[in-house]
Amino acid sequence: MSVENRMGARPSLPTGVDYGVYHSPKIFAAEQRKVFQGRTWCYLGLEAEIPDPGDFRATHVGETPVVLVRGLDWKVNAWVNRCAHKGATVCRSLRGNQADGAFVCVYHQWAYDAEGTLVGVPFRRGLKGVGGYGKDFDPANHSLEKLRVESYKGMVFGTFSSEVEPLEEFLGPVMRKYVDRVLQRPIKVLGYARQHMAGNWKLYSENSRDSYHGALLHLFYPTFGIYRQSQDSAGELAEQGFHSVFTVAKPKGDVDYGSFGDEANREMQGTAQLQDESLLQFRPEIDDDIGLHIQSLFPSVVLQQIQNTLATRQIVTHGVDQTELVWTYFGYADDDEETTRHRLRNLNLVGPSGLISMEDGEAVELCQQGTVGAEGKYNFIKMGGDDVRGYYAPMGMDENAVRGFWKGYLDLMGNALATFDKQMVA
Amino acid sequence: MISVDPVLQGQVDSLNAAYGLCLDDGRLEEWPAFFVDDCLYQVIARENVDNGLPAAVMYCDSKGMLVDRVVALRRANVFPEHFSRHLISRAVIAGIKGETVTAQASYAVLQTRNDGETRIYNAGKYIDMLIVKEGAAKLVSRTCVYDTHRIATLLATPI
Ligand code: FES
Ligand SMILES: [Fe+2]
Repeated sequence: MSVENRMGARPSLPTGVDYGVYHSPKIFAAEQRKVFQGRTWCYLGLEAEIPDPGDFRATHVGETPVVLVRGLDWKVNAWVNRCAHKGATVCRSLRGNQADGAFVCVYHQWAYDAEGTLVGVPFRRGLKGVGGYGKDFDPANHSLEKLRVESYKGMVFGTFSSEVEPLEEFLGPVMRKYVDRVLQRPIKVLGYARQHMAGNWKLYSENSRDSYHGALLHLFYPTFGIYRQSQDSAGELAEQGFHSVFTVAKPKGDVDYGSFGDEANREMQGTAQLQDESLLQFRPEIDDDIGLHIQSLFPSVVLQQIQNTLATRQIVTHGVDQTELVWTYFGYADDDEETTRHRLRNLNLVGPSGLISMEDGEAVELCQQGTVGAEGKYNFIKMGGDDVRGYYAPMGMDENAVRGFWKGYLDLMGNALATFDKQMVA
Repeated sequence: MISVDPVLQGQVDSLNAAYGLCLDDGRLEEWPAFFVDDCLYQVIARENVDNGLPAAVMYCDSKGMLVDRVVALRRANVFPEHFSRHLISRAVIAGIKGETVTAQASYAVLQTRNDGETRIYNAGKYIDMLIVKEGAAKLVSRTCVYDTHRIATLLATPI
């Protein structure tokens, strides 16, 4: 190792990022500005969660509390949940319906409409000519902070940026094609799970793009002898690298991955028997054989179809080592009762108790704990090469999409991270 | 409130106490035996129940699925080492129809991980249907409705 490396002079690259990025409050603050409030579209929720006028749902962009509201005119709006008077939280529920479309701050009762425009201020003229706001007070200048809102196939995104390209362009043709696949027809929400991890949001973002760990960390399938050694997997990245999608389908041709099990250190073909295999039943319902579709849309959401589970996982950043994952499970609107029951059974596989996914929470926390005090040291992300390509290697034995995440992240963070790297040397 | 035979009350409370200790002592293999064969066990967020949404984080509609959960936890799943401690209230028995009893009880599960700190991990209530026969109670269904919708890291050991 060169002296330069030992001193930590090496800047962060997609193939190796300074561990300080998971721990620095300064970087966390810069991310809020450059990533979440920067030139990106952040996932806010599903249109299906707010089907009727006046419906609202509390959500977040990064750490900023935001409310998603369907106005009385059916338009979907989003505004920062911070009163223009003294910054109090205006909307105090996770969800609900505000039939008159008005949101009133409890502190001094400033009232806003569904779009976040200030429409009422008590004692604006004072009482009997005494007190009140001056003549120059114009309510139009005191609305809630509004986000640009666009939705694609029922997924609603918001942005603080006036410069970012329209949502469809931001997602790009490849990502859109895959979103279309899952959101092929109207959906209905089946419920939520909220999972809190004592780790940095980027560790989770890496995890959802990391196809390398799937068969190694999540041992449910192999333990029960149901690891299918010849599956057909594919992965694609968006042009910027930061969005990606990974799918696994039934094999089309002869593929021999026989040596795979021998190389892993842990038991890969267990003898345990499932007593109830209905848990694993898969009923293809989209016109292909894909049983696993994990799509990471930078910076804040994962869209999944795993077996017959459908979900979005929203990443909320509550602090440098405080990340919340909001799972929104859904089905198709025309599902019959038996199909819904089947989805509920399948849901045992995913979520915070998921037999093939609970490990991700632990992995995030292990990386957070292991990198404490390791500023100036770097991770190693070279499986499958050291560039960012449009495609994954077969079987996902590839960290291409993780490099893609960092490429996109570093592009957005630019100087903010360069300055940090220099500080590490000093 | 209906007036309940103290013997029946005792049978339901005994079942709950034994259930909690079984999980907390790590005797997971014995846990499915608290249920009848054709059972339902689910762990579901209160925010879903309150909004009429059915998705649960654990949903086992057969005893076999309970057994599979335990085998997976023992052999496959990776989760932080922990001890749990159930505090379960006296049951409120809501209805009795022949051998079938419906009851509810509050619970709190404390969890202690390797850092040694004991935290309130999950609080909620059990909504139960039981069969009481020949002096013993068994669960036909147990729905754990959890208030603590922020699940810390993951939920591995059943509630
Ligand atoms: S802080 Fe909202 S009205 Fe005063
Ligand atoms: Fe995973």
